[in-house]
Amino acid sequence: MLLLAGTAGLLVAMAMMIARAVMGPTHYDRILAVNSFGTKTVLLLAVIGFMFGRPAFLDIAIVYALINFTATIALMKFFRYRALGQPLGAPPGEEGGNG
Amino acid sequence: MITLPASINASLMLDIVLLVMLLVVAGAIVRTRSLLAAIILFSIYSLISAVWLVVMDAPDVAFTEAVVGAGISTIVLLGAILLTRGETEKPDWRKLIAPALICASVGGLLIYAAMGLPELGDPASPANAHVGRAYLQRTASDIGVPNMVTAVLASYRGLDTLGETAVIFAAGIGVALMLGFGPRSSLAPPPAQLGDHHVTLRVAAKMLIPLIALFALYVQFHGDLGAGGGFQAGVIMSVAIILHALVFGLRETMAAIPPRVARSIASLGVLIYAGVGIVCMINGGAFLDYDYLFPPEIEAQIPGWILGDDAHAPHWGQHAGILGIEIGVLLTVTATMVTVFYGFAGRTVDDARREARR
Amino acid sequence: MADLLASIGGGFVLIGVALSVLGAFGILKFPDVYTRIHAASITDTAGASLVLLGLCLIAGISLVTLKLVFIWMFVMLTTPVAANALANAAFGSGHKPRIGAFHIMRSDERRQTPRGTDAP
Repeated sequence: MLLLAGTAGLLVAMAMMIARAVMGPTHYDRILAVNSFGTKTVLLLAVIGFMFGRPAFLDIAIVYALINFTATIALMKFFRYRALGQPLGAPPGEEGGNG
Repeated sequence: MITLPASINASLMLDIVLLVMLLVVAGAIVRTRSLLAAIILFSIYSLISAVWLVVMDAPDVAFTEAVVGAGISTIVLLGAILLTRGETEKPDWRKLIAPALICASVGGLLIYAAMGLPELGDPASPANAHVGRAYLQRTASDIGVPNMVTAVLASYRGLDTLGETAVIFAAGIGVALMLGFGPRSSLAPPPAQLGDHHVTLRVAAKMLIPLIALFALYVQFHGDLGAGGGFQAGVIMSVAIILHALVFGLRETMAAIPPRVARSIASLGVLIYAGVGIVCMINGGAFLDYDYLFPPEIEAQIPGWILGDDAHAPHWGQHAGILGIEIGVLLTVTATMVTVFYGFAGRTVDDARREARR
Repeated sequence: MADLLASIGGGFVLIGVALSVLGAFGILKFPDVYTRIHAASITDTAGASLVLLGLCLIAGISLVTLKLVFIWMFVMLTTPVAANALANAAFGSGHKPRIGAFHIMRSDERRQTPRGTDAP
């Protein structure tokens, strides 16, 4: 079954991402692994939804595609600046003018 | 739709693989000494749990696990790490013998007890035979809402959900009391450093934040029909606000939604929820009995075509009641998550060190 | 006809999954953060697009297809931006690439050294 083979492939890819998250020498490797793991989870949810005939699972996939991005940005901001409250830099023309 | 000839085996294989991955990640979380790496691994753990819950055919729970575990939990844990050190000490194995024995014995007892549980999905088990079966059979006639989880959560067990909402509100108040009501540091942007142009991120965030908020509203109102509901929608909405704070700075987000307003919205949500129940009491029914939400004269005047057909007209009270309390839950959950984020995010590592030295 | 489309869709899903697996393999084998970001973002985005296209072909035209298009839009919007931000952050933290030339832009030359590296 094609979708079952796809699921197996995605699970293999996810296992490799876990390996990188555990091994990664720097924290940025781990953040990259989590982001990639999240994208593969979105695909896995969509494929599983089709396999089991329950398209309601696509809502979870959409939500996770958005949440994954936010969590990655939060992690990246924490490791880069050691703070969560400061705004991210903008080119000099834009600073202070935008609401 | 393509259906599998042996879907039972597929789901069993998926279950086994996912649980093995869960075990590996849990082992890695325990073994790692860096708390920052542990937070990242926790995020992966929550994701695998969410996929496993989907395979077990529980989309509402999987929804909540995905948004809370992998989204909010990660962000709030990062905020918590700002208040403490980033590494744990190396454990002395002699101190671990007693806890290990206790864990092993309790775990063994639990596994022994689990062998006596009924089969998954057994229709004769106590959970499925009595009240559960009554809910399944009577939801269509009593409430008329397709999503039975929402029907049980919001209508049959509305009082419990009111308690949950109040607990979430209390947690937000607790965090606000302990961590203070606003930013501690100056929140000025850091001095420009190497490669500090985030134009792409700002533009993408400007496009994404309204989309996330819109999707939160979709989940809120679609909770009657599919997976979703007030709790998930509240968390997604707060993620939109947190994304704004992360990219554009906490000061701008606090200008848009001041902490005082966030706390007021949280209490407003609980007020709306309890208020719906009191309106039911005023109109003659019990607390949170939505059949009495509208007085009979008004209910007779509502045209049946609003709900689709005349057969659904008797369920107007239930639909409106569920809508009302879900709005209350949405407001409380959003405002509480935003309050918790405000409490943590105003700090930097230097602030935390300065406070620790005092 | 629907069966043929479903088979083609299944083929696309398999190709997309193969791309994702190749990308994951690259993330494991590449020597450096920047090369891993390359492997991750390019293969993730392309693999996700192919998988979602395949699922659209399987589903035919319906609400499900619309939701798949939404997922595709969000993936296309977020994955490259996240990779960009991550590479930006790694560079700003002072990670030097292990392979290839390393040029500092003229506008950044005022700084003598990059920021100290984070504790791993």
